[in-house]
Amino acid sequence: MFPARFDYHRATTVDDALRLLGEHPGAKLLAGGHSLIPMMKLRLAMPEVLIDVGRVSELKGIEREEGKIYVGALTTHAELAASEVLAAHCPILAEAASKIADPAVRNKGTIGGNVAHADPASDLPAVLVATGAVIHLKGRRQRQVKAADFFTGLLATDLGEDEILTRIEIPDLHGRSGHAGSAYLKYEHPASGYAICGAAAVVKKNADGTCAAASLALNGVSATPFDAARVCRELIGAPLDDAVIRQAVNDHLHVGDPLSDVYASGLYRAELAKVYGRRALRLARDRAR
Amino acid sequence: MAVQIRVEVNGTTYEREVEPRLLLVHWLRDELGLTGTNVGCETSLCGACTVLVDGRAVKSCTQLAVQADGSSITTIEGLQQNGELHPLQQAFWDQHGLQCGYCTPGMILAAADLLAQNPRPSEAEIRAALKGNVCRCTGYHNIVKAVRQAAEQMGGG
Repeated sequence: MFPARFDYHRATTVDDALRLLGEHPGAKLLAGGHSLIPMMKLRLAMPEVLIDVGRVSELKGIEREEGKIYVGALTTHAELAASEVLAAHCPILAEAASKIADPAVRNKGTIGGNVAHADPASDLPAVLVATGAVIHLKGRRQRQVKAADFFTGLLATDLGEDEILTRIEIPDLHGRSGHAGSAYLKYEHPASGYAICGAAAVVKKNADGTCAAASLALNGVSATPFDAARVCRELIGAPLDDAVIRQAVNDHLHVGDPLSDVYASGLYRAELAKVYGRRALRLARDRAR
Repeated sequence: MAVQIRVEVNGTTYEREVEPRLLLVHWLRDELGLTGTNVGCETSLCGACTVLVDGRAVKSCTQLAVQADGSSITTIEGLQQNGELHPLQQAFWDQHGLQCGYCTPGMILAAADLLAQNPRPSEAEIRAALKGNVCRCTGYHNIVKAVRQAAEQMGGG
């Protein structure tokens, strides 16, 4: 399998890449290539021009500033999984990255490419929604989009053709008001490792053990990450015992239009969403302090 | 459109012009004649095409040759030193870690990346590290034994 012919340009800076994007309408950006190259080999994508941003150093690295974490778009899944900053301040992102595909894929695939590709079975989008991440984009101007608004459909995002996803901003989950607990769990396809259903949960407890804040997002089950905000509203102020979580999930986690394919029917996925949603909330609760 | 690349492969530097759409695995096999790297599933699932790029295991069927410009690559042909098998190669032989051998080059290079990161892996860690390398013959047990033997021999064990 070979990609269709294309012209290749290598960008040295973000502004250089933006200039190239302006000169070549319809061009695609190449980072690690682990979403784009498979699409090109299958001829599902046939861009006439590829702009390789894989060496743009300003897109690399993980930094923490004033209670926020900034993850450069070119950060690989292996780097996310091994990051001490993430382990200390946003462990759920490292946990999810460590479960993507396999080590060789994680060595090459990047968070920016993953998020821009917006595969519904990808692991990271649900984590970004559950943590309240903000996606930073640069085109003629810079703009920021909440992760919850960024994913607009199956393989579709708010990213413009003339824009670059530069970095992702994530709130510090372990701030002054205590450690939020977080957990990412998935039921994966045994061959590809893609999520048939994944669940990302973040839970903050009050001193008396009741729920101060919670978020839960699922991937694999719908075209865009499924935000289970209704479940979380039920939990706020409630004691976080297993029965309460079970009740809230059973009553309020309803995936309206679940994905259905040869691996799992929509009905099965909707049921998995409840099981994994419940388990992720319980594990996040256990990890909160 | 051809692009000039400069890549070190198994200690030798090659400067070549490549077509941008040429996949790394085909450059290694068809242009350099390094046919030890196999083409398996072509969808980045099976790991038969695994090589080390700057020391880390990657799937060469899902990378363009132009992306490797400036890097240093090790293929299975580059592991032996002066005719002596690498400890991983010897261990796969000793432990019967292969039958048909198709997955073996990728399996060994994925294991080489693991042992470079983690010289004393547990059995679970070995299995996790080889998750992206599929073997349809051995049932994996002897492969895991081989990696353990190599780890011991290389001083980690």
